[in-house]
Amino acid sequence: MSDRIEDFRLRILERKPLRLKGGGSKDFYGGPLAGEVLDTRGYSGIVGYEPTELVITARAGTPLAEVESALATRRQVLACEPPHFGNATIGGAVAAGLSGPRRAVAGSLRDYVLGVKLMDGEGRELNFGGQVMKNVAGFDVSRLVTGSLGTLGLILEVSLKVMPQPVAQATLRFEMPQHRALDALNGWGGQPVPLAASCWQDDVLTLRLSGAQAAVTAACEKLGGERVAEVEAAGFWTALREQTAAFFAGNAPLWRLSVPSVAPPLDLPGAQLIEWGGAQRWLRGAIDVGQLRETAARVGGHATLFRGGDKTGGVFAPLSPALMEVHRRLKQSFDPYGVFNPGRLYSEF
Amino acid sequence: MSQPEHSAGTAPNAADPAREALLGDLARVLPAAALLSAAEDLKPYECDGLTAYRALPWAVALPQNEEQVVAVLKVCHARQVPVVARGAGTGLSGGATPVVQGVVLSLAKFMRILEIDPLARLARVQPGVRNQAISEAVAPFGLYYAPDPSSQIACTIGGNVAENSGGVHCLKYGLTLHNVLKLRVAMMNGEIIEIGSHALDDPGYDLLALMIGSEGMLGVVLEATVKLTPKPRTAQVVMASFDSVIEAGNAVAAIIAAGIIPAGLEMMDKLATAAVEDFVHAGYDLEAAAILLAESDGTAEEVAEEIATMSTLLENNGARQLRISQSEAERLKYWAGRKAAFPAVGRITPDYLCMDGTIPRKHLSHVLTRIAELSAEFHLRCANVFHAGDGNLHPLIMFDARNPGETERAIAFGAKILELSVDVGGTITGEHGVGIEKVKQMCVQFSREELDAFHAVKAAFDPLTLLNPGKAVPYPRHCSEYRLTGSAR
Repeated sequence: MSDRIEDFRLRILERKPLRLKGGGSKDFYGGPLAGEVLDTRGYSGIVGYEPTELVITARAGTPLAEVESALATRRQVLACEPPHFGNATIGGAVAAGLSGPRRAVAGSLRDYVLGVKLMDGEGRELNFGGQVMKNVAGFDVSRLVTGSLGTLGLILEVSLKVMPQPVAQATLRFEMPQHRALDALNGWGGQPVPLAASCWQDDVLTLRLSGAQAAVTAACEKLGGERVAEVEAAGFWTALREQTAAFFAGNAPLWRLSVPSVAPPLDLPGAQLIEWGGAQRWLRGAIDVGQLRETAARVGGHATLFRGGDKTGGVFAPLSPALMEVHRRLKQSFDPYGVFNPGRLYSEF
Repeated sequence: MSQPEHSAGTAPNAADPAREALLGDLARVLPAAALLSAAEDLKPYECDGLTAYRALPWAVALPQNEEQVVAVLKVCHARQVPVVARGAGTGLSGGATPVVQGVVLSLAKFMRILEIDPLARLARVQPGVRNQAISEAVAPFGLYYAPDPSSQIACTIGGNVAENSGGVHCLKYGLTLHNVLKLRVAMMNGEIIEIGSHALDDPGYDLLALMIGSEGMLGVVLEATVKLTPKPRTAQVVMASFDSVIEAGNAVAAIIAAGIIPAGLEMMDKLATAAVEDFVHAGYDLEAAAILLAESDGTAEEVAEEIATMSTLLENNGARQLRISQSEAERLKYWAGRKAAFPAVGRITPDYLCMDGTIPRKHLSHVLTRIAELSAEFHLRCANVFHAGDGNLHPLIMFDARNPGETERAIAFGAKILELSVDVGGTITGEHGVGIEKVKQMCVQFSREELDAFHAVKAAFDPLTLLNPGKAVPYPRHCSEYRLTGSAR
């Protein structure tokens, strides 16, 4: 494996733009692709797994599916449910920082990152964080790297906190217009209800509960609704996590609005699907980017052109000048020659 | 508790023209009562909870509003005078130790809770609001702020953000990092930025993660929006005692392997237990080598199910005594000892140093054996308190500063423990921060290149290195000095 590292280093030291790539499952995501491909999949394998310490460490090119299979043998999971979108690698998952249906309750992928080994623009191997759950030595660069779309360096290895599989699960379904669904979700969120995930679409609210058997049983009785059979429920949540549900099909642009969960129904054209207790709202259609950004900002959120559409208006919401300046300096310090994924996050770098 | 003076600061020189000019500028932007410069007024600010290190700053600023904070920063930025932000001063690593020829920026007057939104489950607060005050204010809504450092009665949310504070319940509920949604921050040049949002993410780099735990080196927190958690309906704790630390460690591993994330999972060794029992009379087993406290919270049914499973696992792993709290009063009594462990140890020794390494739990018995050997070697007692769920170990090194050379011996003993933590794959600090105390041991944990990267991160926010300089990240010369003394590997 060390010769792989040397290959990576030599490529980086050429100081030409590189497009970091694992499974390529998220090629659609972020700004336009640029640079020569550097494929991480040869640098693969689980380096360490300590079920009783709740920590797994894997090389960047390890398929996410391989990591999750290893965890499943010990009845453990990545609680934030990062999407596979086909054949994602663990390095790509961390670089993109995306989380699945359980995110609102279980936390985001970044919350579970304990450490990364990174190769910077000078070809240096740097370790940040570690394999322990509590660690405040040095700035939290491993979480800064999470979701940076590979623009700060080549992730070589990641350590993640893992969680036990929930003992019991149940899925309930309710007929409910959007405003009532949002009220209900926020209300339940403030109570000790073992909510795991939610999805509202076309006046139907689907709810997943998970936790101790006693808690799930009690919550089912309390909340009512129609119980969805286990197999159907599992398929439903997987289709949501992997965006293979009908809502995500076709070529119409897919927008992601990240807003406070209490934001009222947004008056925007196009079909909507709402996750994360109201905090993640998906929209389909060629909607005016200005209108979307303004609507999201008005309620304290932001809009991302997640898939498809015209990327010339920028994929992510623009940053304030002061924040952009901090971003530029951080980019400059980790990647002084602009090697890593140029323009993938913002066209400015 | 008293701790030794390790490096006494000199009194500010009233005749220093640079200081006079600075005071003149500050007086123009602050009301008279908000600017302290007389030696006797500066004295209370000479140290934080790590009293071994002291220094007198040029001045202490106590701004009352955001405009004044910005004005102070701009004055100091223009004059290139270092600024050390300070909350309640309860930090244990010297993160708020003043910089000589610098200004201490106290956020003590920022005590307002600005907004509570029970439906959105968040509170927007000023940095000087005490940790526990948030939970008290939101209790009527059935909510609380989950991170609960032992100093929560006194410590402020601004300080919690600076240190990424944990607590005994953070295995299940997370650290400050997992419970802060948004920060309003003044940078050293006086510019204000907002990081994070009331949504669950924001575009660009995760600067929130960078800011939390940055020990006051990247910016000054002006406001924090924290996440509120529904209060569990009930909680119960099992207290188990063991004849060996190894058995206790195995029991912890068994609980985790069974798929349980206890609300709290704490261990104390024999010496810590004895100190604590004498202080709180909780009825701990004084014959045991280790005491474990395992808490479950949730609905009554959940708690009953989890407590039963944990009790069986504890018994199967050799618990010699098992007691389950039968009332809320009893639960609090069992916890009282653990929460008071530091002051309890403070009663049986004139001085102590508290270490804060995190280790992979599988190395616990090796580490404790090695600490016992070091204890004999250095002729100093050491009690151990352990956040067993997440591997964060607090050895409390007891000493008497009045005995010549004992302070230095205690510090050297502590350094060995930190190096040991790194050797077994852990870290020198789990939750107290590096501050001034552990800055040299950063050279053991990180390479020159990694430390350079940290300096570059700081420079992205504070190019002139004026915010809390000299803390948390060592300069190359620190590391060469440290290596020369032979203390590092």
